[in-house]
Amino acid sequence: MQTAILAAADLDQLIQLLIVEGFQVIGPVRDQHAILYDQISSAADLPQGWIDQQEKGSYRLEQSPNQAYFGHTVAANSWKKFLNPPRRRLWRASRENGQLVFQAESNEAPPLAFIGVRSCELHAIRIQDAVYIQGSHPDELYRSNRQRLFNVSVNCTRATATCFCASMNTGPEVSLPSDINLTEVIDAEQHYFLVKAGSPAGERIVAQLPTRAADQTAQQAGREAIGAALQQMQTGPRYFDSSDVKELLYRNLESPSWDDVAERCLSCANCTLACPTCFCSAVEDSTDLTGDHAERWQRWDSCFTNDFSYIHGGTIRESTRSRYRQWMTHKLATWIDQFGHSGCVGCGRCISWCPVGIDITEELLHIRAAEAK
Amino acid sequence: MNTPRVLQVHSRREEIPGTFTLQLRAADDQPLPSFVPGQFNMLYSFGAGEVPISFSGSARETDSYTHTVRALGKNTEALQRLLAADDIGVRGPFGRGWPIPELAGKQVLVIAGGLGLAPLRPLIYHLNDNYQQFAGIQLFYGDRHPQQLLYRQELQQWSANMQVNLSVDQAGPDWHGHIGVITSLLNNAVFPLDNTIALVCGPEIMMRFSIQALRAKDLPGEAIYLSMERNMHCAIGHCGHCQWGPTFVCKDGPVFRYADIEKWLYTREL
Repeated sequence: MQTAILAAADLDQLIQLLIVEGFQVIGPVRDQHAILYDQISSAADLPQGWIDQQEKGSYRLEQSPNQAYFGHTVAANSWKKFLNPPRRRLWRASRENGQLVFQAESNEAPPLAFIGVRSCELHAIRIQDAVYIQGSHPDELYRSNRQRLFNVSVNCTRATATCFCASMNTGPEVSLPSDINLTEVIDAEQHYFLVKAGSPAGERIVAQLPTRAADQTAQQAGREAIGAALQQMQTGPRYFDSSDVKELLYRNLESPSWDDVAERCLSCANCTLACPTCFCSAVEDSTDLTGDHAERWQRWDSCFTNDFSYIHGGTIRESTRSRYRQWMTHKLATWIDQFGHSGCVGCGRCISWCPVGIDITEELLHIRAAEAK
Repeated sequence: MNTPRVLQVHSRREEIPGTFTLQLRAADDQPLPSFVPGQFNMLYSFGAGEVPISFSGSARETDSYTHTVRALGKNTEALQRLLAADDIGVRGPFGRGWPIPELAGKQVLVIAGGLGLAPLRPLIYHLNDNYQQFAGIQLFYGDRHPQQLLYRQELQQWSANMQVNLSVDQAGPDWHGHIGVITSLLNNAVFPLDNTIALVCGPEIMMRFSIQALRAKDLPGEAIYLSMERNMHCAIGHCGHCQWGPTFVCKDGPVFRYADIEKWLYTREL
């Protein structure tokens, strides 16, 4: 499909079309002092004119010099909470006349439309797809949410300091399929979106928008804007060659660097909750006071907790050293053996949301340096 | 696969104090999915929780599942309270079992420590039923005390078709078998290096020492299999709890070939 131009003032029409189609539309919103993904009802809900500055253990919003809708980078939370809710009931059971009856939970949520999915985040969703629906036992709720999902992706035209998708080869330009892809172009004279449909459903929506064909100049402006984001990362401190990371970590399971990071890590689990690919969950069983009704709930879990690796007799990963090693080695190395791709997309959330400012890219450098000694 | 199926406790047998065997049958007329020795089910006792338990009955019994359980925590204690005719929730079978097709024509060493005999019993039934298909069968089974030994009657019966070597840590004067750790039995074992497969199940430390004894005799790592245990919630590779190096114990195991996981077996706190 050809690239079209949608005037920035007409962005709301896209959102309204999706609402009319029956989608619950999720996009970035400004919630107090952070940008979060949440339900939106119009373009006015988007954090227009706001950008984020992220650094190790630091996240600040500030007013942008322009009125871009998507001048910010990835939100504090990720899209994963909408596809696999942090807490959900799996089934209910009752005991009637001594007989046990299970009742599985069905998915009654409306179909979702995501607006503003970045390239790293499309990769993250694909990574979770591999966990939840590509095996022999697909997660039905995730699959149903995922199959009905309408994705509006946005090319990043700005990187914040924690972004390192260029190192993980997941961005900033969207390369994975989405229903509609947007590139926001803004300067003193003009403000528009380059629009490209990526699926029949996307084409149907785009056909209803007041677009005009994009000429070479307009498309070039889009490419330059994405190039600027790439250049920001390539000239930053978190630009590295990730091609040998698996072997590096497999060689260094006993690196002194793990002791060093364990001195700082609080084992708080923030990184795992902020991470768009971390998928671990726990189940909790309970009964009511009558003792005749029971439920099983699933909730997000983290490999940083003490219970996580418990088997009778004790916890396998007792030390923070072993838990950080598990998390980072899984993310960057064992994930590749499990699923054929890395579990890290370079979104930088674990860096920003670590309360003590541990930076996964710096830890890699430490391990490399310790090995070279 | 998230919701359990209702089965019924058909019979319950106390093996030794605190260790019991449940035989489960369908509460409806739907057939039970077949299993491979070494696989496991998730057993749910109403209102308590779920726990992974290996099959310990014969895979030839198509109308029931048999599980030997030791009461060690909240969930297994709830299973312990179940009586015949009680309902139970079951998900499974899950995981990869023992490499049965590779055993034909081989000298088979079955090495069990403590409750590790239970996940090996379906395999032993298979070996016993088809003993002529193998070059030889040797069972090594070690436990703390003669009174702790599981399936004592069957051990007697099996000795008709296989060499049964028992070992206990301590015993009274009426014990005529071996006393000591199981590795000392393995040190004296005789088997052809190029035609033997060893299958090991027991506490992790026992498996490490047993494998070291086999490796010291130059049995190749490709000929040794072991069954691992880790925390499990989902049993289908989604919850992440059972990760062990690059593997998910629930779906890549619980039975692994030693040569494939050697690196991980010796890494502490993995």
